[in-house]
Amino acid sequence: MASMKVHITFPEGKIKEPVIYQIGQKYKVITNIRRADVTEKTGWVDLELTGDPKEIERAVEGLKKMGVIVDPIERNIIE
Amino acid sequence: MAKIKGLKCRECKKEYPAEPLHVCEFCFGPLEVNYNYNEIREALSRDTITQGPKSLWRYAALLPVEGPPTVGLHGGLTPMVKADRLARALGLDALYLKNDTVNHPTLSFKDRVVAVALTRAKELGFDTVACASTGNLANSVSAHAAQAGLNCYVFIPSDLEAAKILGNLIYKPRVVAVEGNYDDVNRLCSEIASEYSWAFVNINIRPYYAEGSKTLAYETAEQLGWRSPDHVVVPIASGSLLTKIWKGLKEFEQLELIPHVKTRVSGAQAEGCSPVAEAFKVKRDFIKPVKPKTIAKSLAIGNPADGYYALKTVKETGGSIETADDPEIVDGITLLAETEGIFAETAGGVTVAVLKKLVQQGKIRKGDVTVAYITGHGLKTQEAVMQAVGEPVRIQPSLTSFEQTVKNLKRRND
Repeated sequence: MASMKVHITFPEGKIKEPVIYQIGQKYKVITNIRRADVTEKTGWVDLELTGDPKEIERAVEGLKKMGVIVDPIERNIIE
Repeated sequence: MAKIKGLKCRECKKEYPAEPLHVCEFCFGPLEVNYNYNEIREALSRDTITQGPKSLWRYAALLPVEGPPTVGLHGGLTPMVKADRLARALGLDALYLKNDTVNHPTLSFKDRVVAVALTRAKELGFDTVACASTGNLANSVSAHAAQAGLNCYVFIPSDLEAAKILGNLIYKPRVVAVEGNYDDVNRLCSEIASEYSWAFVNINIRPYYAEGSKTLAYETAEQLGWRSPDHVVVPIASGSLLTKIWKGLKEFEQLELIPHVKTRVSGAQAEGCSPVAEAFKVKRDFIKPVKPKTIAKSLAIGNPADGYYALKTVKETGGSIETADDPEIVDGITLLAETEGIFAETAGGVTVAVLKKLVQQGKIRKGDVTVAYITGHGLKTQEAVMQAVGEPVRIQPSLTSFEQTVKNLKRRND
């Protein structure tokens, strides 16, 4: 079992979609929200994904396809 | 008790040992160094500082290292320039420039943070250091690692321009060009940092690394005669520099080295990458990531790690955040060069352009003692001003030709 910490940001228009529920259903990953700030229009969630490394990889790709922005928990590392 | 108590989560305040950790395991908030200020207060005074080394290490008591410094011994203590000609051009009475274009050894403020990060990395037993960078950070890590005899890995996107890679290769680090876009490189580096026991300066060493920026605030206060300015203008990339300058001023106040701090902290971003400025303008509490498109590459961080804290600092201190577009950035660079003889990289152009706007908007008052932070040398981004500097005047090798040209030039100026 591996785990990955990600920071996801919801663009306007995506906030109503239950994306975390959906990736938990579609891929074999455990989703665990640690911190979040969500308003009626936009928001962010710090999320832990636990599971097989390949399944985590697929879940991250799945999140991106759903239109949310996925970054490592450190956000942008390249300075 | 040692001066470093450990690390502490900035959000939930959970405490951790002073190890190479950067994320709180409970709430995923960022970790910060937790100091024992009572201990520091006993050892630190204006006298101990002024009798210390002529470098950023004169403030070692407030930096997250346990022993004597071992890397970057000559960084910091850069000139504080009273910029009278630029002040006159902008309509200010007391403008100062903190000139980190002449920082040692790689001509940017990154020499401060890297000196602290690598000294701490050695204390923690690392023999390999790493970073992901397209510019100033890579230069500084490579140079300091060479001097310290540490193994060094620098990760870059594979399409980075040759000139930028050269500035790193000269120091013989292992430069790894990653096939993929910016986001791919970003994510890969996060994974490498969690898999390898390397000191990744802006990932697992980040709590220590970031503290090096406080030395800009300490030097500001000391060089102004032990006081804090009325207003500071700081470029925002990751947001760390701005928050640490504020932290440094507040620490000096807490330790009674300077009187009460009333400084307003303002931020400067390039219009093509302004997630923090945008949040400030629309009064949103969090940062929405953007795709950078600006000539100010050293500020092009679309999802800044400390953007939220920079925003909070600006709001709390009554400052402001403004942006500069590409032509304004070039104008800022040339104005600074023409008035003060300082050639800054594009980030400096952003800072000067934003300083000008804040004065025009009345957010910086004429009489405010103002400090602007010029964080990197213009030789690093010459391409940005190539079209703006003009051509030399060509003449024949004769006195007549020279005199005629001088006459023509005078006529044109009249």
